[in-house]
Amino acid sequence: MEGTLNLVGYGLSAIGPAIATGMIFAAYINGVARQPEARSVLQPIAFLGFALAEALALFGLVLAFVL
Amino acid sequence: MLIQLAATGEGFNPPSAEDFDLPPFIDGVEFATKPILLAFLSVILISVFFIAASRKAAIVPSKLQFAGEGVYNFVREGLARDIIGHEFLKFVPYLFTLFTFILVNNVFGIVPMLQFPTMSRVSFPYVLAAITFFIFHYIGIRKQGIVKYMRDIMFMPGVPKPVYILLTPIEIATYFIVRPLTLSLRLFANMFAGHLLLMVFFLGGEHLLAGVIGLKLVSPFAFLIGIALTFFEFMVQVLQAYIFTLLTALYIAGALADEH
Repeated sequence: MEGTLNLVGYGLSAIGPAIATGMIFAAYINGVARQPEARSVLQPIAFLGFALAEALALFGLVLAFVL
Repeated sequence: MLIQLAATGEGFNPPSAEDFDLPPFIDGVEFATKPILLAFLSVILISVFFIAASRKAAIVPSKLQFAGEGVYNFVREGLARDIIGHEFLKFVPYLFTLFTFILVNNVFGIVPMLQFPTMSRVSFPYVLAAITFFIFHYIGIRKQGIVKYMRDIMFMPGVPKPVYILLTPIEIATYFIVRPLTLSLRLFANMFAGHLLLMVFFLGGEHLLAGVIGLKLVSPFAFLIGIALTFFEFMVQVLQAYIFTLLTALYIAGALADEH
């Protein structure tokens, strides 16, 4: 069995962004459920937050391959 | 999986970053590679589609015109107008080009026969992010003057003085390093990871098919998951095109705003 520990490290580092993404969409769903007309306002914000949180996971992925 | 397959006598080479390094299809011509070809193909496809869609513009739109206008309206109303505000019209062409170019190039990742997302070669997102980077700084400098623009970035108004020790380096790094880097790496890494994932399931499934009978029975599941992931990939590809354009619009809006 061979491989690199980098990928295990990447798996661990992906936990944080995963939780963050879940929280962002939970908040978004909550917001829309309480006030459906706010959807168009909340949507770009939710996706922006998602993109920012996800960027961290993707940095981990890139570094797992680069290092 | 490696242990099981070792019993059949042949090793499985899991897909890796080298699989993205496609050789040029004309010997000796360095730049004639598949990603370049796909980028040109996407430009042709987009041009033909939108020229055809807008040629016979009518008040009662044809199906083609409706489709073309749908995409255009999505970028114009949903992204440009809602985020940039009343000066949005100037930036619609750029945002629209960006969105369609990224979208088509991403979707190439799951189109049969092509099956390679252009943006999984990091130089393409780098260039796109560099264009966005120069555009939003140029707009900010032209609108507010270089002194005020830089001052607003470095010394955000309404903050207690000692906080600047911490805030100024962060703000400079955000505007000049983190923003272009995240913008390009997000797109790149999503396409890269997605394509890698699909390769793992399809190549792995194919390899399982060559194994003993027990492994043969498992391989349909690998293909099934691969097909499900293909649809998931499609969602990610559209989402990434949307996010890239959304962030570009947000950066432009930030540069246009007087207060950061």
